[in-house]
Amino acid sequence: MIDIKHITKVFNKGKVNEVTALREVSLHINKGEFVVMIGSNGSGKSTLLNMVAGSEFCSEGTITINNVNVTQLHDYQRSKWMARVFQNPFNGTAPDLTILDNFRLAALRAQPKKLSIGTNAAFKKTVQDKIAMLGMGLENKTNQAMGSLSGGQRQALTLLMSVMDHTEILLLDEPTAALDPRSAQAVLSLADTLVKEYNLTALFVTHNLKDAHQYGNRLVQMQEGKVLRDITGDVKKNMPLTTMFEWFA
Amino acid sequence: MQFYLDALQFGLCLGSMAMGIFITMKIFNMPDITTDGSYTLGATVTAVLITSHWPIYAVLPVSISAGAAAGICTGLIHTKLKIDALLSGILVMTGLYSINLLILGRSNVPLINVSTIFTSVTLFTDETYNQVAIGLILISLLALLLTWLLRTDFGIAMRATGNSPTMTRAIGVNTDRMKITGLAIANAFTALSGFLAAQYQGFTDINMGIGIVITGLGSVLIADALRIWFNITGIGKQIILVVVGSIIFQFVLATSLQLHVNPNMLKLITALFVLLIVALPRVGKLTSLRVP
Repeated sequence: MIDIKHITKVFNKGKVNEVTALREVSLHINKGEFVVMIGSNGSGKSTLLNMVAGSEFCSEGTITINNVNVTQLHDYQRSKWMARVFQNPFNGTAPDLTILDNFRLAALRAQPKKLSIGTNAAFKKTVQDKIAMLGMGLENKTNQAMGSLSGGQRQALTLLMSVMDHTEILLLDEPTAALDPRSAQAVLSLADTLVKEYNLTALFVTHNLKDAHQYGNRLVQMQEGKVLRDITGDVKKNMPLTTMFEWFA
Repeated sequence: MQFYLDALQFGLCLGSMAMGIFITMKIFNMPDITTDGSYTLGATVTAVLITSHWPIYAVLPVSISAGAAAGICTGLIHTKLKIDALLSGILVMTGLYSINLLILGRSNVPLINVSTIFTSVTLFTDETYNQVAIGLILISLLALLLTWLLRTDFGIAMRATGNSPTMTRAIGVNTDRMKITGLAIANAFTALSGFLAAQYQGFTDINMGIGIVITGLGSVLIADALRIWFNITGIGKQIILVVVGSIIFQFVLATSLQLHVNPNMLKLITALFVLLIVALPRVGKLTSLRVP
């Protein structure tokens, strides 16, 4: 699915503030894997996610998705494979557009945006049915501006938007960092449900060790731009939370 | 009465430019000063072609295309060379002054005894009513076209580009290309205003575009104030308000003239009026903070 080979990322190369964020990182992520990435600030986990998303280009190395070399492709060119939920709820949606318009764009993620009106009654019904599963009572507010919703509601809708098209990869970039604990729990629970229901390959960056312990079937710990630990299967499943806390002690 | 009919007519002529400013300012959240140059460019191309006895239906697309080309230049400078949108617009506007002079051949070309859009079609026997009716029909068609465009899937992507560029790129939109397209459309609209204004005024002057962006800006700000007052959300209604804003702006200037304000002071009045529209909501906020 995602093949990351010998990725190195150097910021401000040749300048006094040169920083090597990633050093020769290699990672193979299989289809359907839910990879949780943890690490201290500056460990390189967010940079790696940005490399996969295409919002940053790597200095060295290659990234392939479904055997297609995407290393030099921009973020908007990679969107046909992946959806992204940002740390800031305001980045994942267009606040001045209605909920319906936001969902329309998400539905056209991998398609050209044509000169035709697609927000018709049938599409509205599809969106309402999808939103109804959230149980937030937003299904009858599809003509409301996205900006009028709370951060938690917006993150939940962003997650739903990610499965409006045939997305294969879901990138979760600290999606609950700006949310209260209750909203955070609801959003992650929804993400987990969607990953299983749509058999998505997910990459989840978090600082929350409890979330890292609870979600995903593979755990990757980054340190100083390298993969320090890569734990999967039963080892991840049966690992006590205290062990994870000890890593950061 | 004639005074206000003239203001209405000129407001309609500038309505297209106001819609162009609406696209750059409200849709793309981008300041575009190309307007001053592309407005004159539209008028310049119109004057040269009309005096060369080109039919109006052929002059219109050439004029609009010239404006679009100016917008594309600004867009390319902004997106490919990563130069600030404001500076990109200023550079193109400055360059257009010479280009306009080159096209026009001199600083002023009168349009006397030539067929214009206002003389080619007769809906009313009265000249003024005829001009107003033609202007109204044209601007209505344009407003409908823009409303339709912004409601399409492409239009939603356009609106999202200015509103949330990060999200827009994440859903597969090349925001740079979208900005170039938006600037092309906006300046095509502006050139159309130049096309209409030249024929309405009966001349094209090389300086006719200086400061016109402020008029467009003012129109959009009036529309924005009305939108907030009346809690209007629909995109179509917002576009109508932009045209209404353009007419109101001309009414204010007409009223000033009727009150025997020195015509040399018109640009100052324009600037002060725009300042008033911008400042009023802020003053209101300050007052509401002080008064419990």
